[in-house]
Amino acid sequence: MSGEVFLFVSENVALGLLALAVAVTLVRLLRGPSLPDRILALDTLTVLTISLIGVLTLRTGVTVLLDIALALCLVGFVATIALARYVLSRVPPTQGELRPEDGA
Amino acid sequence: MIMQVVQYVAGLFLIVGTGFSLLAAAGILRFPDLYTRLHAATKAGTVGAGFVLLAIAISATDLAVSFRALGGIIFLVLTSPIAAHLLARAAYLAGDRPANITVVNDLENESRGTP
Repeated sequence: MSGEVFLFVSENVALGLLALAVAVTLVRLLRGPSLPDRILALDTLTVLTISLIGVLTLRTGVTVLLDIALALCLVGFVATIALARYVLSRVPPTQGELRPEDGA
Repeated sequence: MIMQVVQYVAGLFLIVGTGFSLLAAAGILRFPDLYTRLHAATKAGTVGAGFVLLAIAISATDLAVSFRALGGIIFLVLTSPIAAHLLARAAYLAGDRPANITVVNDLENESRGTP
């Protein structure tokens, strides 16, 4: 098996594994018992999409897709932080000494 | 010859990276509480995406593309623990308790830690 054929086959295997991973993560997103569980599943979906775009970059040779993956990386980070702050903002301020305003 | 080696290594990295991603997804589905799920998602997920980006970095013919992929790895490694820590802290303050099989919980008997 030449290198080119091996790369082609492993790209297909990688796409299959990623599809399976996305499906498994979607189950947690739908079941999720709490809100942080769903946020975690969304964050993982972002990272899986970055991997997916990476595999597509190798398959098509269109390197502009890599910039999209990096932008998605940034957006995913900011989105997770914003959602975590949202979870914090729903905590009643009278409970405990460690308030959300202590910085996070 | 060198092209062949690069293609083999890149293909191997792709399979290893996506395998780690699948393990992360399995951990998210199977682990008992949020804090163990965070372990699986951040560690295995970062390694998974990192290996895929590494495959791009070594197989790219343009040096700019390689460095962009390496920059993506560095960004992922820097930001993923921050997001996970913030999410765990928010969940604990919101009243999300660890599973019953948890052995060590340093925040349990601390007045500052209990919301």
